[in-house]
Amino acid sequence: MSTPSADLPFVLAAERTSGRAATWSWHSGWQRLRPRLAGWPFPLGVLLLWYLGARFEWIAPQVLPSPAAVGATLVDLFGTGEIWGHLRISLFRVFAGFALGLVSGGVLGVAMGLSPTFKDYVYPLFKAFSQIPVLGWLPLLMLLVGIDEALKIILIAKAALVPVALNTLKGIEGVPTRHIEVARVLRFTRWQLLTKVVFPSAFAPIWNGVRYGFTHAWLALVVVELLASSEGIGFLIVYGRQLFQLDVVLAAVVVVGGVGFALDRILALIETRLTRWRRAGF
Amino acid sequence: MSDIHSLPIASRRSGIHVPRAVRGWVVPAGLLLLWWAAFHFGWSTSSLLVSPAAVWQRAVRYAASGELLTALGASLWRNLAGFAIGAGAGLVFGAALAFSRLFERAVGPSFHTLKQISLFAWIPLISVWFGLGDAAKVAFLSLAAFFPVVLNTFEGIRSVPREFIEVARVLRFSRLQMLSRVVLPSASPSIFAGIHLALIYAWLATLGAEYLLVAGQGIGNTMIDGRERFEMDLVIFGVIVVGLVGFTLNWVATQFERRLLAWRGHSVAQF
Repeated sequence: MSTPSADLPFVLAAERTSGRAATWSWHSGWQRLRPRLAGWPFPLGVLLLWYLGARFEWIAPQVLPSPAAVGATLVDLFGTGEIWGHLRISLFRVFAGFALGLVSGGVLGVAMGLSPTFKDYVYPLFKAFSQIPVLGWLPLLMLLVGIDEALKIILIAKAALVPVALNTLKGIEGVPTRHIEVARVLRFTRWQLLTKVVFPSAFAPIWNGVRYGFTHAWLALVVVELLASSEGIGFLIVYGRQLFQLDVVLAAVVVVGGVGFALDRILALIETRLTRWRRAGF
Repeated sequence: MSDIHSLPIASRRSGIHVPRAVRGWVVPAGLLLLWWAAFHFGWSTSSLLVSPAAVWQRAVRYAASGELLTALGASLWRNLAGFAIGAGAGLVFGAALAFSRLFERAVGPSFHTLKQISLFAWIPLISVWFGLGDAAKVAFLSLAAFFPVVLNTFEGIRSVPREFIEVARVLRFSRLQMLSRVVLPSASPSIFAGIHLALIYAWLATLGAEYLLVAGQGIGNTMIDGRERFEMDLVIFGVIVVGLVGFTLNWVATQFERRLLAWRGHSVAQF
């Protein structure tokens, strides 16, 4: 019979720091020495397999181009500056749509959160509206506004609006009763109540909504560019696909992933900045 | 929930008193009236302005001819097949990530990198690898359902409180007992939240797949056809059907969660 820790069919997160987690010595040694390196063998193995597959033509290059070809295309896209034009237009669309969705969703969420009467009137329709996925609106919007910039921006705004409004509403409704009671005892004015109690307390869920909103906006951007555009990073993917230049498709997919990741990081950084300010304010 | 409203944040001027149950209908009814009036009084001569009655007639015709059933059936079948494959694989993968540190270290970073790629960006690649038919659509839908399930399963299992495991260890639970009595009950709200999200994403992806991989039948194809032929009534009808399906899927998932998590006293995931 081994120790209880070895009996455990799995290792818990809490034990990560305690150092007695693993039972295999090579495993634990590996972990202690090179914790960061462990993530590399798998993707490198896949890359090697991919390389070998392309090298010995197990897979036709029309189906999967070699990693070298994709890398060269990527370098080429950046080198010739072709990518920047596409990126600029995509980023403009996503920020314009996101800003629109953020403002309208924020206003809607705050109004519903603060006024129960307004919520009674609007919430059911809003709920019904949010049940229709972004893409459900697409054919309708195409008929109404055509396939120009307006379509993209409205669709992206809609994608961001729902999570922002919903989380703002929930955040404001979730302000603990006790906090409100204290504010009442202190005879706060309405403005003080909002700025000192309601918004600081609702900040976390609201910010969550903002991040979800951005993720959805980015998703909407890619799909609307795939469907209807003549420039932008999503268009680059379609263009490559139409010409059967899969290296262009894969390179553009890498860029989409990279930009999405970078923007997500930026939002995370803003979050730490904002919460630091919030703590300092108290 | 409503405590905040007992404070003078929002002023209450009492005008006409509308019963609460009726309030939710006021805005939709007003919009419908506006739509009807716009058509009736000929505010716009655009052929895109169809009457609510025309949409209704279109709906009846479309349903009676069986086209609706075919399209909806095809969409829903793909949706559920993709969802089942993706969510099943996601559960296994998420649990493996959570239980095995080695697996997490080796595969986790790759997974988190792939997760960053916007879902729909996969479609052109999938279309090359799987064609434009059902196989490609189901593959894409499984991918859509896979990611949220993996993330939430991982989070759920990893956040089982340590004390629970220690108690179970003291009680000398077997692996199976540990899993069924401690880990699963504790992780279930998060896992269900992931499955719920996957259901919603899968429906979004179903439409996306039908727009982008055009071959075949489905409610998305119906809408695309309607748009190409400038048949606004068909498109509006499609939007309503898509919304109703989304609503139903959401409702079923919520009921399931409520039933299965009833022992906890409250449902956690809300969407």
